[in-house]
Amino acid sequence: MHSYETTYEVIVVGAGHAGCEAALAAARMGCRTLLLNMSLDGMAVMSCNPSIGGLAKGHLVREIDALGGEMAKNIDATGIQFRVLNTRKGPAVRAGRAQADKQLYRLRMKRILEQQANLHVKQGEVTALYLEGDELRGVDTRSGIRFLGRTVVLTTGTFMRGLIHIGLINYSGGRAGDLPSVGLSDQLKGLGFEVGRLKTGTPARLDGRTIDFSRLEAQYSDDPPVPFSFSTERITMPQVPCYIAYTNPRTHEIIRSGLDRSPLYAGVIEGIGPRYCPSIEDKVVRFPDKERHQTFIEPEGLDTVEYYPSGMSTSLPIDIQIAFYRSMAGLEQVEIMRPAYGIEYDYVNPVQLHATLETKLIANLFHAGQINGTSGYEEAAGQGILAGINAALKVLGRQPIMLGRHESYIGVMVDDLVTLGTKEPYRMFTSRAEYRLLLREDNADIRLREIGYRVGLVDEATYAGFCHKRQQIQEELGRVRATRLSLDDDQRQWCSRYGCSDLQKGTSFEHLLRRPEIGYEQLQEIDPQVVGLNAAVREQVEIQVKYQGYIERQLEQIERMRKQEEARIPADMEYRAIPGLTSEVREKLERFRPDTLGQAARIQGVTPAAVAILAVVLKGKGEQCSEP
Amino acid sequence: MYVRDTIAAIATPLGNGGIGIVRVSGPQAEQIGQVVFTGPGIVGGGGFESHRLFYGRLRHPADGRQLDEGMAVLMRAPRSYTREDVLELHCHGGYYLIRTVLEACIAAGARLAEPGEFTRRAFLNGRIDLVQAESVMDLIASRAERSLQLAHAQREGHLSRAFFAMKEPLLEALALVEAHVDFPEDEVDPTVFAVVEQQIALVLSRVEQLLSSFSTGRVLRDGVSALLLGRPNVGKSSLLNALSGTDRAIVSDLPGTTRDLIEETISLDGLPVKVIDAAGIRSHHTDCIEEEGVRRALDKVAEADLVLLLLDGTTEQHDELPALTAGLGAVPYLLVVTKADLPQRINLSLLTAPLGVCHVSSRNRAGIDHLSRLIYDYFVQTNRLSSDESAVISSVRHRDILLRVLQSLHDFTDSAAQGLPPELLALDLRAALSALGEITGETSTDDLLDVIFSSFCIGK
Repeated sequence: MHSYETTYEVIVVGAGHAGCEAALAAARMGCRTLLLNMSLDGMAVMSCNPSIGGLAKGHLVREIDALGGEMAKNIDATGIQFRVLNTRKGPAVRAGRAQADKQLYRLRMKRILEQQANLHVKQGEVTALYLEGDELRGVDTRSGIRFLGRTVVLTTGTFMRGLIHIGLINYSGGRAGDLPSVGLSDQLKGLGFEVGRLKTGTPARLDGRTIDFSRLEAQYSDDPPVPFSFSTERITMPQVPCYIAYTNPRTHEIIRSGLDRSPLYAGVIEGIGPRYCPSIEDKVVRFPDKERHQTFIEPEGLDTVEYYPSGMSTSLPIDIQIAFYRSMAGLEQVEIMRPAYGIEYDYVNPVQLHATLETKLIANLFHAGQINGTSGYEEAAGQGILAGINAALKVLGRQPIMLGRHESYIGVMVDDLVTLGTKEPYRMFTSRAEYRLLLREDNADIRLREIGYRVGLVDEATYAGFCHKRQQIQEELGRVRATRLSLDDDQRQWCSRYGCSDLQKGTSFEHLLRRPEIGYEQLQEIDPQVVGLNAAVREQVEIQVKYQGYIERQLEQIERMRKQEEARIPADMEYRAIPGLTSEVREKLERFRPDTLGQAARIQGVTPAAVAILAVVLKGKGEQCSEP
Repeated sequence: MYVRDTIAAIATPLGNGGIGIVRVSGPQAEQIGQVVFTGPGIVGGGGFESHRLFYGRLRHPADGRQLDEGMAVLMRAPRSYTREDVLELHCHGGYYLIRTVLEACIAAGARLAEPGEFTRRAFLNGRIDLVQAESVMDLIASRAERSLQLAHAQREGHLSRAFFAMKEPLLEALALVEAHVDFPEDEVDPTVFAVVEQQIALVLSRVEQLLSSFSTGRVLRDGVSALLLGRPNVGKSSLLNALSGTDRAIVSDLPGTTRDLIEETISLDGLPVKVIDAAGIRSHHTDCIEEEGVRRALDKVAEADLVLLLLDGTTEQHDELPALTAGLGAVPYLLVVTKADLPQRINLSLLTAPLGVCHVSSRNRAGIDHLSRLIYDYFVQTNRLSSDESAVISSVRHRDILLRVLQSLHDFTDSAAQGLPPELLALDLRAALSALGEITGETSTDDLLDVIFSSFCIGK
């Protein structure tokens, strides 16, 4: 092994969506950072669907942006269709989703990485961590270079022992067209990590020249498109439609006829696939009564004829693939450009992580993305930025950050992973967040900007802009509370126009805004001050006023849980020495080694009685040694 | 704060039983045993063998005096009720004697246990779960067989089943709502809300049904109270004695002998009934002590579940009756005509009461069984307590939880009627599930997702 001349502070292995955010975060925080990828043409690749965002995922993208990450800006610059989902529901469950031009997305991110100070981007396949005794010193690559580094962030995606399945044919690969990463997961296993197997899949890519779009229903972008980043003023990319197509009974018949050669049904695949993203054969088998399944035919870019049929992933053999895609109306003549495939890969049980994403077994080693059992670009990026921040903070000798369930979807995700682990690829849903009404896309900056600024990822100018916005919100909240109806003739007419003639003189504008039929749009007719108000400020005030009751309910719940969340459990806690814990609970606690009482409470099988005992023991320990 | 000290208490009910047991739990249990108990098996064999009953003598550690002969058993941790070392000392049953044995244990280093502390330790040490713990507390508190049956049934899981039966439709309803929120582009049929509202209506009716069992459940556990009311010397104390089979109330032929309230808990076919004997009521009092007693008797009326209004069958005039029945207000009453063994002069036209009239003689027990039956039937109507199979809630905590579930479901119904968006409806359903979760255990997100993915074909 040739030891490279530079000793890095942070080495990021893998330049997918997690790795890019991790490397950028560390470098922007001033650490000498190395980003290694098996191929420099394969950075920030969207291996599956050509879109960013969606329910809960859009929330993650906004949070990454608020913390000072790149994903939101990258999709804003390369997105070719933007839609806000759930517009008819409340603000908490509204989310943006954008179709990306895949190549532009990848190339822009590559450019950003290449231009980043403190960051070296290099090609290389990491085959092993380099340790001296128990201490992590760097990584070894297949080409014989040893890179020394103080911290390492592993973001291996689907590459560790990747195995691609198309029907009963299978071969090693990290992604169609790429080599797998071999060796690393064996070493991790040897180090005591629990390495498991997951499965995911992707549909075929279809040649748009052979699709009859006139027979499909088009779905267009919102106008104007709403950007993801709090810093993006507007979207300038040309916007293109997606198309909706359906399967039919004949499609299902064809699919069923190929089940005997499906690696899933033939038992060849051992990894567990996601229930929320089933292959088309799964859908047909599990819902035999459904006569059709919907698919969105999504463009992969402006400059390509490749299209992505969402929801049509499969690992059926190629002849069945061709036949079933062609059985759909509008796709009769379709040519497959890239076959659909399933892929199995190694992941490491995330219960072996702290909520900082540092592993419990090896100090200075961080895991982010699919290696932790998640799925999705946004989930990966959210972990990437957190791991990058914490690796950098560690190098800088500062306290790590942990995001709470009450302040971010990233926090919910990480907490779920480290307390529950996962048996299938983990995807974010809004229903996973118990404080969903507080964790909105629209207030991600209010929740996380401060943290992003404190760690050094948000620059002064952006932070100043944010502080100004926050102050304006407070001022406007004060103003609507203080301003009252005088009920002069104009206002009386206005009231009867909006069906609120019951309103009394002296009613505050805050009270008005709380009524379902009144928003700023109506209020501005009698309130000239509204016109000068920043739209983002208006939005925040309106949401905060309208949902105040619900928001307060959730804030109360958070307050009740705070003590438990904040109670730290020492890393060397002797669970054996605690009387009263059942052996089952003791085993769980030994295995998970939770960082806080809150985490302990969420581990399955840890009973309320056990938590009560732990609380008592922790209290006792706190009294014994008064230092923090 | 859970401190591992050693506690002691009398484990058998107070009263004149054949034997009494003092129980000691904690790290010092064995040491205490060796101080207060000496037996040939222990002295010769070098200590207690776990789970073996030894014969020997109980001594007081202060002066070494012998208290009683008895048996002792040590159950070493964790094979005991509390999962700590537990010592049981069996002695003869007199109250004073048991009390002295307990004092001996305390003198030897134990602390007097708080009520329910053994069960609390069993719970804290993971020996029993919360529902069991509460059920055991009820078991300890229950004073009659019927209550015991209820407590057993609860432990066996009738109640658990009833709670789980509510959890499932709630979870399904929540899954429908959440699917609607999280998968706007998948084909989740918006008409699901009709199904959701049906599910909730179903759960609401179950909650209400269980809640209505609370009074029955409470009656079975806490028992009920019946107040004896009537003129002086009408025979209240005699009736109390006849019903309870003891001579606790002082009976005399002098009117106004009972100057304080006397309570006696009797068991009517397993139903604990606290019978309260009050001072006689009449218009002119001869002394002020009795006046106070009468006032207290009338105060008691409002707290009583049932009043037994006693009329002397040997007298003709009952001018007090209209005023008394008016004074009872809404409290239900039974008319009891006393002294049935003597010539009756009472005006029969007086004798109508909605719950019935009963003629009794406390002296020869005529009519006493009939009265007992009337009281029992009043409280335990066969339709209110259909069978041992039915789930009945008796714990205040369970009732509070159900009330919270009820409130959340009403909130849901209101919100749905107002057309509020699904994420707010989900909040109410989650609140209901989380309240229920205090009994059935938490509903994890994974449980929820399981229901969603098995009900809908979801996924892009």
